[in-house]
Amino acid sequence: MDRIPILRMGEFLLVTIQVDMHDQLALQLQDDLTRAIDKNGAKGVLIDISALGMVDSFIGRMIADISGMARILDAKTVLVGMQPAVAITLVELGLSLPGVATALNVERGMGLLRQALAESGDDDNFIKR
Amino acid sequence: MMITSSSGELPLGNEHDIVLGRQAVRRMTQQQGFSLVDQTKMVTAASELARNALIYGGGGTLKWAMLSDGTKRGLRLTFEDKGPGIPNLELAMTDGWSSGSGLGLGLTGTKRLVNQFEIDSTVGVGTRVVITRWK
Repeated sequence: MDRIPILRMGEFLLVTIQVDMHDQLALQLQDDLTRAIDKNGAKGVLIDISALGMVDSFIGRMIADISGMARILDAKTVLVGMQPAVAITLVELGLSLPGVATALNVERGMGLLRQALAESGDDDNFIKR
Repeated sequence: MMITSSSGELPLGNEHDIVLGRQAVRRMTQQQGFSLVDQTKMVTAASELARNALIYGGGGTLKWAMLSDGTKRGLRLTFEDKGPGIPNLELAMTDGWSSGSGLGLGLTGTKRLVNQFEIDSTVGVGTRVVITRWK
């Protein structure tokens, strides 16, 4: 079965979605990602959708769910690289992805994650995985 | 006068058909010279309706027709299923309503993405949604 790869970069996880996902693949990613956060003690997740030409309500919900699940697992999610045409369509469809942090590109997204990690840095000295 | 330059039909029997359907719709919108935003809107609308036909209607068909009217060019998509039908269409067309696992913006959200939207549903017979978008 095909899977979307999850790369580990230090305390962060990086997911680049480069295929037109069928629904099962999107659900598999949700499952794999929450497991990977737990296993690696990841503090941040970066999802790059720059190659996606379309985000419908199903994929939108998957992204929002991942962000919520990651938050409960103490990791911050940043969605990066959304194409302007996709953003226009999503908002018109009625999906503005509330609660999902976004950045224009991978570089800025990483910056956001590092900043979030630095701000919560003090607490990490008490709990080490 | 509106002319149909070509038309065809695709099955909507499983999740993979949704992916194939939206790829076909993308190619057709490109062929009709749609802008990138218009392509994206039509592909997204197709994805929503194809999933509805599969999940709520138990599968169905996607009929497509490439249209021209003078200098205008467009694409018409018809989604048909023989599912249980929608008992209360007025309610189903209310923003925020959903009976399934969606986000509750399926039909109204989709309607906003196209120029024409027609829905016809009979309980026990099935549902047909016709959408048209012009360049």
